[in-house]
Amino acid sequence: MAGRRQSVGASPLVLLGLGLAAALGGAAALIFALLLTAGGGGAPPQWDYLGRVLGFTFYQALLSMLLALLGAVPMTRALARRSDFPGRLLLVRLCALPLVMPTIVGIFGVVAVYGGSGYLAAVAEAIGAEWRPQLYGLGGILIAHVFFNLPLAVRLLLPAYAAIPAESWRLATQLGMKDRDVFRIIEIPLLRQQLPGIALIVFMLCFTTFAIALTLGGGPRATTLEVAIYQALRFDFDLRLGAALALLQAVCCAGGAWAVWRLGRDMVLGQSLQITVRRYDGKGAAARALDLAVLALGALFLVVPLIALVLNGLLGLPSAASPESLLRAAAISLALGLGGGLVATSIGYSLAQARQHANARGWRRRAIWLGLTGRLGLFVSPMVIGTGIFLAASGRVDLYRHAAAGVITLSAIMALPFVLSVLEPAVAAAAERHDKLCAALGIKGWHRFLEIDWPTLRRPIATALALASVIAMGDLGAIALFGHQDMINLTLLLYGQLGAYRLDGAASTALILLLLALGFYWVIERVVGGRELH
Amino acid sequence: MMRLRACMTALIGGSTLLLAATPALAQEKPVLTVYTYNSFTSEWGPGPALEKDFEAQCACDLQWVALEDGAALLARLKLEGRNTKADIVLGLDTNLTAETRDTGLIAPHGVTLDGLALPLDWADTDFVPYDWGYFAFVYDSEKLTEPPRSLAELVDGKDTPKIIIQDPRTSTPGLGLVMWLREVYGEKAPEAWAGLQPKILTVTKGWSEAYGLFTEGEAPLVLSYTTSPAYHQIVEGTDRYKALLFPEGHYMQIEVAARLTTSSQPELAQAFLAYLTSPAAQKVLPTTNYMYPVRDIGKDLPPEFTALPRPERSLLLSAEDAARNRDDWIREWLAVVSQ
Repeated sequence: MAGRRQSVGASPLVLLGLGLAAALGGAAALIFALLLTAGGGGAPPQWDYLGRVLGFTFYQALLSMLLALLGAVPMTRALARRSDFPGRLLLVRLCALPLVMPTIVGIFGVVAVYGGSGYLAAVAEAIGAEWRPQLYGLGGILIAHVFFNLPLAVRLLLPAYAAIPAESWRLATQLGMKDRDVFRIIEIPLLRQQLPGIALIVFMLCFTTFAIALTLGGGPRATTLEVAIYQALRFDFDLRLGAALALLQAVCCAGGAWAVWRLGRDMVLGQSLQITVRRYDGKGAAARALDLAVLALGALFLVVPLIALVLNGLLGLPSAASPESLLRAAAISLALGLGGGLVATSIGYSLAQARQHANARGWRRRAIWLGLTGRLGLFVSPMVIGTGIFLAASGRVDLYRHAAAGVITLSAIMALPFVLSVLEPAVAAAAERHDKLCAALGIKGWHRFLEIDWPTLRRPIATALALASVIAMGDLGAIALFGHQDMINLTLLLYGQLGAYRLDGAASTALILLLLALGFYWVIERVVGGRELH
Repeated sequence: MMRLRACMTALIGGSTLLLAATPALAQEKPVLTVYTYNSFTSEWGPGPALEKDFEAQCACDLQWVALEDGAALLARLKLEGRNTKADIVLGLDTNLTAETRDTGLIAPHGVTLDGLALPLDWADTDFVPYDWGYFAFVYDSEKLTEPPRSLAELVDGKDTPKIIIQDPRTSTPGLGLVMWLREVYGEKAPEAWAGLQPKILTVTKGWSEAYGLFTEGEAPLVLSYTTSPAYHQIVEGTDRYKALLFPEGHYMQIEVAARLTTSSQPELAQAFLAYLTSPAAQKVLPTTNYMYPVRDIGKDLPPEFTALPRPERSLLLSAEDAARNRDDWIREWLAVVSQ
């Protein structure tokens, strides 16, 4: 550590990052303080029940995370090793889709494949098998969580693989390393550095969702903590209990984060030249067959539910919403998505720089604190954030008038953790390579950003922006909180249709949302990220 | 407390201003703000037609603020308290009215409600009913040829047919079923739930998930309304989906609206409540909200609605009983169903 300590002072960007983190942390603390000091409810909580709920929440989140990573690692390896098969780019982009998908749409996609009258059941019937899929139960929860999170993990892990210097691969070949050695010497250190963060994000996502657990888990046995929070805030209006449960949830997540960061410490990428990655390994027949199998399975798992959604969407086109309202909703989705994405990426960039600065100085506690603050949107229940905002703003700020700003801010906070997962490793790697040089040459501030950091970080920034924009675009929480009649995005339109029996029309809205997200993602990566891959 | 709020406000206000100041439109006409739920204001819901019609006669600007559902409406009112922007709250049901009244925000409606076509006498002087329906299990007649003929048959029968219900902790139909079983079985409700439990395929967060899974063919029965089949007949032209009528009776849902004491437009709000129960508004509701109108609208009621079978007995708890017992009964439900 000591050797890496630089004489670089805190730049305005780092200060901005610290300020933003303080603001985020302060706002969260105030929300909890407000709710905890607000009136409590009537009945005392059932502790044994909550204990069981907490246990189940933990258990399913842990299993979901392990399965998602178990699938994501081989799939990412194969994608990284086979950099030129047809459809690779499409597959990578498809991986961003589950992020934009409203939960209910994802559930329908999973049900269309694995449900009682789904594709799998049809196949079983066609081949005359007795077996029928039993979706509802722990299995259903895991399938849906893996469907949502495996592609996310691939999306987050792939840039790290791409950042392994070409030298490493060339050297590996020259030394005659077998695939197993490559895995042990090159990939394991990489995974040790990257996986903890990704595992964390997946774990938290599975820890805090509840519609999937409830619906596909088959009922109250599959209750997660979030249901209890929802009930406390919505039906019982017991703000104190809701906040206490949310605090418990946040502490569990933060504890997990802390442990993970302590385990995955100090693995830093080598400082070799980073040019384009050409792989020399994995040319053997066995490796080819393995990659093919992994990719085929992964693609099947991801694409079949998507195909089901596309088919349903096409079938629903005759009962789709009017073109005017679809266009309007699409425009609002894009505008709010881009707004949220830009805000999240800007905040994320300064937070990542501030965290890197702290890391470089060996200020571990500050680094962890910064990392946690940026992930607040992930482990603080959105219900609690929304309730706190309304409680605080009541009678002071006209939230309805500033609805667009509110939606953008809130969806940016929700997208921030994903931005950080992309930017933090990239910023760390870039700093590792350039900090000494820049310090020696006295390059700093805007000059450094434009000349040094932008060219290196352009691609990760583009990925972060694309991810964040797509997440903000699919957001329901923020828009449902602030939305009014003149601000209806595709997600709200879809829920309006579902609530009015228009399931066919809703399917076509979902299809449009997915296509738009795919295009949006592609354009942002292309325009912001530039053409050349490295 | 006050300081906390001030800090919070500064933080939120600051970030709001920083990001984008939405231009405030100059308002000349008085604005009537109505809090309601999302599907009410969607282009298939009653919202757009009601807005156009009412604005044509009131020289005002009617603005909807759409929230998730009835429970979200009550929570929002409690949060905003006397600072709420709402003049009208629309979309609560009788399970929630007692608690809403307790906020002290609800003003007497002041509307003459003569000649309502509800299956019971409406005595509430605060809340105005605007539509109603019966909870029922809707079945898919292509999947289920011999559906249960009574609640008892459903409860005591074998492990099939499977049903999909909603969670009473997160959804109003789910809560309705808890009340329904309690009305029919009284203290024996837990035993009834135990009988029902093996048939429950899954319990969803809200009505939309449940109904979506049902039309995907996951289960042949779903908890919905007796009026749901009218949608499939009118819009899709199919008789495939039917509601099961049980001789034990059906629990009702009456959707209500009220005006707020904090409203700066009390007359306008009262005029809206009167409009909402007038034939002009009532004839919009059946084919947009798929519930029964609260007035006899004669030939304006589509024949599909007239032809729907109606339960022989209507069940409904008083608002006070519903509010008082809700928590205990949900716990009772949870104890059995989470086994």
